[in-house]
Amino acid sequence: MTCLHLLLTLVFAVSLGTPVEIQRPRGVPLTKKQFYEESKPFTCLDGSRTIPFDRVNDDYCDCKDGSDEPGTAACPNGSFHCTNAGYRPMFIPSSRINDGICDCCDTTDEYNSGAKCENTCKELGRKEREVLQKMAEITKEGFLLKQQLIEEAKKGQQEKQSKVTDMQENKKQLDEKVEALRTVKETAEQPEKEAKERHLKAWEEQKAAIRLEKDKAKMAETFLELDDNEDGFVSVSELQSHAELDPDADGTLTEIEAQGLMGGAEQVDTSTFESVWPKIKDKYHSEAEEPAPVETPPDEVKEPVVDNDSEPYPEDDISEEEDEDDEDEDDYHEDDDKVMCLCVVQAQPTIKTPEKTHEDEEAMPPYDADTQALIDAAQKARDDFEEAEKALREMDDQIRNIEKELSFDFGPDAEFTYLYSQCYELTTSEYIYRLCPFNRVSQKPKYGGSETNLGTWGSWSGPENNKYLLMKYEQGTGCWQGPNRSTTVKLTCGKETVVTSTSEPSRCEYLMEFTTPAVCQEPANIDPSPHDHVEL
Amino acid sequence: MGLLSVVCVSLFFSSTFAVDRGNFKTCDQSAFCKRQRALKPGQSPYRALLETLELSDSRLTLQLINDNNKVHLLLELYRLQGNMTRVKINELKPLKPRFEVPDVLIAEPPTEPLSVLSKDDNGVVLSLGAENQRLIVSARPFRLDIMEGPEVLLSLNSRGLLAFEHLRLHKDTLDFSLPGVEHVYGIPEHADDLKLKTTDGGDPYRLYNLDVFQYELYNPMALYGSIPVMLAHNTQRTMGIFWLNAAETWVDISSNTAGKTVFGKMLDFVQGSSEKPQTDVRWISESGIIDVFIMLGPKPSKVFSQYASLTGTQSFPPLASLGYHQCRWNYNDQEDVKSVDQGFDQHDIPYDFIWLDIEHADGKRYFTWDPHKFPQPKEMLQGLMDKRRKMVSIVDPHIRVDSGYKIHNEITSKDFYVKNKDGKNYEGWCWPGNSGYPDFTKPEMRAWWASMFAYDQYEGSMENLFTWNDMNEPSVFNGPEVTMHKDALHGKWEHRDIHNIYGLYVQMATAEGQIQRSGGVERPFVLTRAFFAGSQRYGAVWTGDNAAEWDHLKISIPMCLSLGLVGVSFCGADVGGFFKNPSTELLVRWYQTGAYQPFFRAHAHLDTTRREPWLFGPENTALIREVIRQRYALLPYWYQLFYQAHKTGMPVMRPLWVDYPKDTATFTIDDEFLIGSDLLVHPVTEEGSRGVTAYLPGAEEVWYDVHTFQKHNGAQNLYIPVTLSSIPVFQRGGSIIPRKDRVRRSSTCMENDPYTLYVALSPKKFAEGELYIDDGHSFNYDTKKEFIHRSLTFANNALTSSNLCPDCNFLTSSWIEKVLILGASKPSKVLLKMDGKETPVDFEFDTSMSVLTLRKPGMNAGADWTLLLQ
Repeated sequence: MTCLHLLLTLVFAVSLGTPVEIQRPRGVPLTKKQFYEESKPFTCLDGSRTIPFDRVNDDYCDCKDGSDEPGTAACPNGSFHCTNAGYRPMFIPSSRINDGICDCCDTTDEYNSGAKCENTCKELGRKEREVLQKMAEITKEGFLLKQQLIEEAKKGQQEKQSKVTDMQENKKQLDEKVEALRTVKETAEQPEKEAKERHLKAWEEQKAAIRLEKDKAKMAETFLELDDNEDGFVSVSELQSHAELDPDADGTLTEIEAQGLMGGAEQVDTSTFESVWPKIKDKYHSEAEEPAPVETPPDEVKEPVVDNDSEPYPEDDISEEEDEDDEDEDDYHEDDDKVMCLCVVQAQPTIKTPEKTHEDEEAMPPYDADTQALIDAAQKARDDFEEAEKALREMDDQIRNIEKELSFDFGPDAEFTYLYSQCYELTTSEYIYRLCPFNRVSQKPKYGGSETNLGTWGSWSGPENNKYLLMKYEQGTGCWQGPNRSTTVKLTCGKETVVTSTSEPSRCEYLMEFTTPAVCQEPANIDPSPHDHVEL
Repeated sequence: MGLLSVVCVSLFFSSTFAVDRGNFKTCDQSAFCKRQRALKPGQSPYRALLETLELSDSRLTLQLINDNNKVHLLLELYRLQGNMTRVKINELKPLKPRFEVPDVLIAEPPTEPLSVLSKDDNGVVLSLGAENQRLIVSARPFRLDIMEGPEVLLSLNSRGLLAFEHLRLHKDTLDFSLPGVEHVYGIPEHADDLKLKTTDGGDPYRLYNLDVFQYELYNPMALYGSIPVMLAHNTQRTMGIFWLNAAETWVDISSNTAGKTVFGKMLDFVQGSSEKPQTDVRWISESGIIDVFIMLGPKPSKVFSQYASLTGTQSFPPLASLGYHQCRWNYNDQEDVKSVDQGFDQHDIPYDFIWLDIEHADGKRYFTWDPHKFPQPKEMLQGLMDKRRKMVSIVDPHIRVDSGYKIHNEITSKDFYVKNKDGKNYEGWCWPGNSGYPDFTKPEMRAWWASMFAYDQYEGSMENLFTWNDMNEPSVFNGPEVTMHKDALHGKWEHRDIHNIYGLYVQMATAEGQIQRSGGVERPFVLTRAFFAGSQRYGAVWTGDNAAEWDHLKISIPMCLSLGLVGVSFCGADVGGFFKNPSTELLVRWYQTGAYQPFFRAHAHLDTTRREPWLFGPENTALIREVIRQRYALLPYWYQLFYQAHKTGMPVMRPLWVDYPKDTATFTIDDEFLIGSDLLVHPVTEEGSRGVTAYLPGAEEVWYDVHTFQKHNGAQNLYIPVTLSSIPVFQRGGSIIPRKDRVRRSSTCMENDPYTLYVALSPKKFAEGELYIDDGHSFNYDTKKEFIHRSLTFANNALTSSNLCPDCNFLTSSWIEKVLILGASKPSKVLLKMDGKETPVDFEFDTSMSVLTLRKPGMNAGADWTLLLQ
């Protein structure tokens, strides 16, 4: 039979180095001592009922709020206070009293469970002070660095601001210059165009004359070729030997068809052949030349190269990453739900144009000196104009970039400005993680493989009182059957700017820890001498 | 010059979220099923050759002949102790021996004498013991009828469907007729209603252990496990048919009343012309012999004990395994495990087990740890042990083919792998890639496997590390229907012969390993996905890869009820749903349901978002905390029910008809259930529900709402308005349930905590219950009788604790802190009588709900005492 009595504890509170004994029921914090007076009936702290004082800590729950059993596990909602002298006091749920697990460093929660607990408060206090001290140093130095960062950022910002202003002024001038050069260019181009057209027209006329002459010669040559018996006439039968002239393309040139070509005549002489020639010249194959080779168009190079990843089980030993990929894609080995990447390496068809066999047209003769002079002048005007226009575009880009940078929220004092356009890497056993603040987060397998986007800059997303403690990067590469990858970057105070850890707490939701002086708070101006926690 | 351009096309073949039926066979696609099913009822070609009848004391043999092909069969009949009959049919001279399933029966079932009452040319009448039962063997055509008095209880081959295929592989079929039966249950595992449906016009229920990706609900497709046991029930009698065959099996059910409307049935009744309702069942197996156990009841509890006498009872689990389990595919690394563990403490939610899925092992080499993610497994396990918590790691039966892997090398050198038909090691694809499959049918293999769980073999393991056997159907990604080829060889037997029992062997060997590593002292805990008749002896079962959908929450109830009816009490479904992300409402409702199901584990797919209980806002965290605490408070009751299940075969989670077998209104209920006899649970499984209608059974009963103590009469449909915090649960008037209302971080932390007794009075002011206490984890309850088993009785205004096991020996420091008597009247005085002394006990009386609370009577839970109300 277990019967627990009212257990009073002796509590040592260290105040100004003098131990003072304060008596109160087990598990009651000093702040509530006045409610537990041994001489009086106890009223539950919620006021719900009053019980004799011997029912306080009697291991039976009488108060709905659990306040009658601060030192036992009897109430489901009670809480137990441990003083933890040398460390910090704390409340634990009363369900942790005598459960065989040491929760309070002063061992007071396990007074009847047989658990062997050691008082570790001093050790914990010492460690905590060390940590706090170290933290304080880091904070102090970090905060100094932060001031510099703020200084630099302010300076940089001002510089950029004035640079933008300067550039905008310059841009105006450049705008004018571009406009002026455009006029010059257009003025120079008009005479150039006219001179060129004149030159071209003369050339076209010359070419037409040459073509006509050539046709005539060809006609005469053909006549001679067709006139097999050399009687000065081309007859129907002579024409029929050229099956390629067949008008209905049935493969034979019949007598009637040949007669048709010859305008109904049985035979034609050189002069009447002139009316036959236009009907046959396109199809006619000279007997002297080989039939034109038929160009076969080259096969398009279009071999689908199936990515190895879609082979469900690569033959070789599967490395860790591939393992994971397999599961990503195969999951429960269901083909139908598989993501397949069909990668097609496609060569742009290189169509061989047949070399020109008939160099029947001579090149255009060079421009005459006057025309050439006009062209040169126009070209110079064009070059000048384009150069000016390019300079204008570049300046626009520069202005836009600076304005973009200036538009970012770099913190209340612009202390995060220095992170802009920087990247920080962390290499783990499998991946190289890369954080480019205000831009993107990515992950790349250490041993080859393509980069995965873990999110692009979204917003500051810390708690309301300090949103600058978390960065959110969103809309990264999509996950199979899941959301797009995203990353939360947690910022903590540090002297150095460095990615300290990454993890994937939930599928495709990454967490990155990042230290930077920019979040270091001004150290509280308190003497960091060892402090004993005194509860009051 | 050609420009090279790379075109990358991502093709996302998205099917609707459902099983790909094309992957799995229908009866029509299964040659033997189609062929055998095509046989139509009619004159059986089989004839009993009565002149061959031989009767020894308890065994009758008789030859049957198929008049069409003149092949002889040998029929063996046994009368078994405990009102069962066994019928075996095999070929008299098989061309090739047929497989008989070993290791399912716990012993050769003891027989009783049979005697011939009469015999003539038409048949033989045998006496079946003292219960006025007879077995009639008709000669031409052959059929068997079991009669009690003038009633036929069950007939075999009455439809003439007995068939043995001889030249082909060994297919066999037999039909059973169940006169007077309209309700049949069992033959899990199917994602279907509790009451089995007729299969006319559709596929038969299929029993073939398969890894089904994203299974669909409400159909007879095969799932991960198979228990070929069917229960038939009507108001007069409950019977069971146990078809002991481990090959692929299909079960057809037809009924002469299935198509009739209620009005039609009434008309039949009024006109008196009705044919008797009858259910006909046909079993079709691909190979093996016919070996059938007919369990004649007549009460439900009797059928459970009959089946338990054949295949054993539910293993008695360690108490902690009845607590809450936190699982996910995957907890990423040691840090993750630590932070989840801390999360439970921060949010003051109890749990006992955290689980590691396949990613914990080094390249899916089971029995190893990923050196980057889990470099210090013992440190991690020690951290959990310091919190009095435990862990489960997965160990699957597919072994990575890798010459650098100890397990693979040893199995290879011992020649323990399953072979393909050419005699080479069978290999298939599974999580690790190319894998071998140990031949668990070999006893030497199982012994070796068990030895791998020794602390010096399984490096990094400790006594608080337990095991999960997944993928043991076995799952073979590139095999037919995602399982092993049927012509793979297990010694001289083909895989087709043993398929459905493979998973049982895996769990058997694993559980044995856990027992051995402790020198036989500690009880094992092993979860399995595949199972067979007898699997209940080795641990827990879950319903596999379900989905975060309301219908999946609903189906978890009939799925576990069906398993409970055929021996497997330790059943649960993945809380929250494995695939997909549950809505917050669904997740809360699933916790509320899962907390009242035997195996209570949350689990989630790798691609789902995290869903630890505290990730859905403080209100929902509070709701989940509350229901997990309700679970922990009731652990003494759960534990006692598992003790009872272990001793008697009574299911822990039960359909209502088991306790109310004459109340036809209960026969099809599967949206509510009983835990033991005393708690009725109607989980809320509808989205946005404002209320549920629960059927409270028993005209003589009263039921008390466990949250408000309000009393309701039995035999009524009660509408209960609900909010998101409601979990309708009722305690039966007449029962006493011990609880531990001081909920702590884990069940182990609650070991020495006091009990509160919830005494719910019947209308006759009577109540009884039990209290079972032992160390919670060892076999000492069995080997040394170290337990406390007490009977608690409230009668004549006195509550008495008396010893049910006087020669037992166990000391507890738990005591009785409070007694609540529901439905009481106000006494003037309460006295505790103990050790010959009487001491007054403080009490309070709540008039509005008639609840009497006895304050801190304080007696030790193992003591004899009486509380007198005056």
